[in-house]
Amino acid sequence: MNFERIREKLNILADAAKYDVSCASSGSDRTNKSQGLGNASKMGICHSYTEDGRCISLLKILLTNHCIFDCAYCVTRKSNDVQRAAFKIQEVVDLTINFYRRNYIEGLFLSSGIFKNADYTMERLVTVAKKLREEENFNGYIHLKSIPGASDELMYEAGLYADRLSVNIEVPTISGLKLLAPDKKHEDFTKPMLKVKNEIVRYKAERKIIKSTPKYAPAGQSTQMIVGASGETDKDIMYSAVHYYKNYQMRRVYYSGYVPVADDMRLPAIGSQVTMLRENRLYQTDWLLRFYGFAINEILNKEHPNLDMDVDPKLSWALRNLHHFPVDVNSADKALLARIPGIGMRSVDKILKARRFRKLNWDHLKKIGVALNRAQYFMVCDSRHWERRDLDAEKIKGMILQTSTGKFRNQYSTQLSLFN
Amino acid sequence: MSTMKPSKTLIYDGSFNGFLTAVFVAFDEKINVADIQKNGQGQNGLFSESETIFTHVEKAKRVWNGIRNKSHNAIANVYFAFLSETEGVELMLYTYIQKLMATTLGKQMDYSDGIVLFIDQLAKKVGREKHRMEAFVRFQLTKDDIYFANIEPDFDVLPLISKHFRNRYADQQWLIYDVKRKYGIYYNLDHVEMVSLNLKEIHFNKIHKSDAFLNEEYDYQTLWNDYFKSTGIKSRINPKLHTQHVPKRYWKYLSEKKEAV
Repeated sequence: MNFERIREKLNILADAAKYDVSCASSGSDRTNKSQGLGNASKMGICHSYTEDGRCISLLKILLTNHCIFDCAYCVTRKSNDVQRAAFKIQEVVDLTINFYRRNYIEGLFLSSGIFKNADYTMERLVTVAKKLREEENFNGYIHLKSIPGASDELMYEAGLYADRLSVNIEVPTISGLKLLAPDKKHEDFTKPMLKVKNEIVRYKAERKIIKSTPKYAPAGQSTQMIVGASGETDKDIMYSAVHYYKNYQMRRVYYSGYVPVADDMRLPAIGSQVTMLRENRLYQTDWLLRFYGFAINEILNKEHPNLDMDVDPKLSWALRNLHHFPVDVNSADKALLARIPGIGMRSVDKILKARRFRKLNWDHLKKIGVALNRAQYFMVCDSRHWERRDLDAEKIKGMILQTSTGKFRNQYSTQLSLFN
Repeated sequence: MSTMKPSKTLIYDGSFNGFLTAVFVAFDEKINVADIQKNGQGQNGLFSESETIFTHVEKAKRVWNGIRNKSHNAIANVYFAFLSETEGVELMLYTYIQKLMATTLGKQMDYSDGIVLFIDQLAKKVGREKHRMEAFVRFQLTKDDIYFANIEPDFDVLPLISKHFRNRYADQQWLIYDVKRKYGIYYNLDHVEMVSLNLKEIHFNKIHKSDAFLNEEYDYQTLWNDYFKSTGIKSRINPKLHTQHVPKRYWKYLSEKKEAV
């Protein structure tokens, strides 16, 4: 190993890959074959965390940061004056195997700038995955980027070796895409996505008949949207996310607060604040849709195109729909319990189990882990003490804000003073 | 009860099988249990007599199966909570098992019961430590071609992580050594065995270089440290969140955190 050369490349190509927020290694059930190396952990493992608190689960690198495109939001765009480098295929294979053997990582996340053309690039990504699987008998996790515009044949092959495939649509609106990435067409993103989705569906159906059908992208597809680069509303973002969840069966949509990497008239300036709070609210909404049984138009609609910044989206919904409350935790069904602010799905589960033994009171609920400071205004339990005053939404919101701390509260209050 | 027996303290050898044997004896002889204690702990209640339990694998197995037949979740909870080494956990587990056996609601556990909730939460804590060790083990390749790691977990989780590492690293020899409890697990390409070592030094990482390792080993640690640094986003740095995920007590064993120790 030419240590110094590899070291230099790794620094450049890991740095360029870090704006991809996905680092999930979960959802794949690949097992160790014939005393080989590795298996996938169904729940995923974070082996370390960056200093900004994000999970490090995979060796996340670009094959190269040479790129023929000039997308305004991207740090490796053609016109940007940065150091360029390219890994050889074998170098990526060796690095992955040696990191994996030392238990640093769950596997490889390989993306790339686009050199020559889409197929040429995609072919190289596929070769890395193929070598890992066939020559190294590697059964760990592999996440490949689907290169926009790649052919169906290559996308098919990619799914045979990778656990997850992803295309980042980056800009949630088509008009935004035209503005920020004029070289790319919307169809370039959706075509490989559609191919992979169709293959996943086909393989799933075949496995029902022939059990030994090989795996095809067992951890599914994901995508990512940049938030705060092109002036879109939360509604634009989340409706777009729902579209991808529904029509492409995405496992995950990631929301990435735009980190300014370029001085461009079309974008927020370098040094402007990263919209972490907004990112957080979008993820909360995403969870409400996927796990809590909410429909998107309940949370975001014409009257409410943006999420409340000072309270979480479930509380915000509850405050607009006080006629559903209070809910009796000792009799309500699961779906209704899940709608009470301050009660998460784990608590819902525990409540359902515990109330078969006895009626639950405030003390039980507190021990189970319910956030009573929020929940108390929306529920009754086995106690004579409950909120009887006829409080309006503003009043409740005020009382909750007074008795709680939010992790972004400081940031929020400075924003407030900005607007005042 | 007219035939109330005097309470008794059961003394076992400290092993999980020993504990299960004690539970078996207690149920079998309808003993009024004052406490279940490890051999050598020696804090007998003033007014209770004590009985030494000899570990009996068959009896232990019957208790294991009895609990498992009732609930898979419960047997995992019992084992995990036992490995927490919490003082007095044996008696709580005994009560937990009694409650489990008495429940008529099948597999359901009563989370509004203090002991049930406590054992459940204790087992969760041990589960978290298990998961952390699966993440934080950092192998270093020795000159003898063994991937070696030191750990110092809060709870005795080596028995819990053995399967994970055996399944994952089936084609390499590895050894994970618990510095605090002074034993390790070693995989010899065929099966995992318990080993005790006479470790002269603790091999943290490249800051204390040792000639037990090849130079290439330290090259990979450097690459990993570089990778760790370049993947962070500086404008979003958040030390509180970082240490919440990677508590400081583990840093000395993580080569990427060596400079911070």
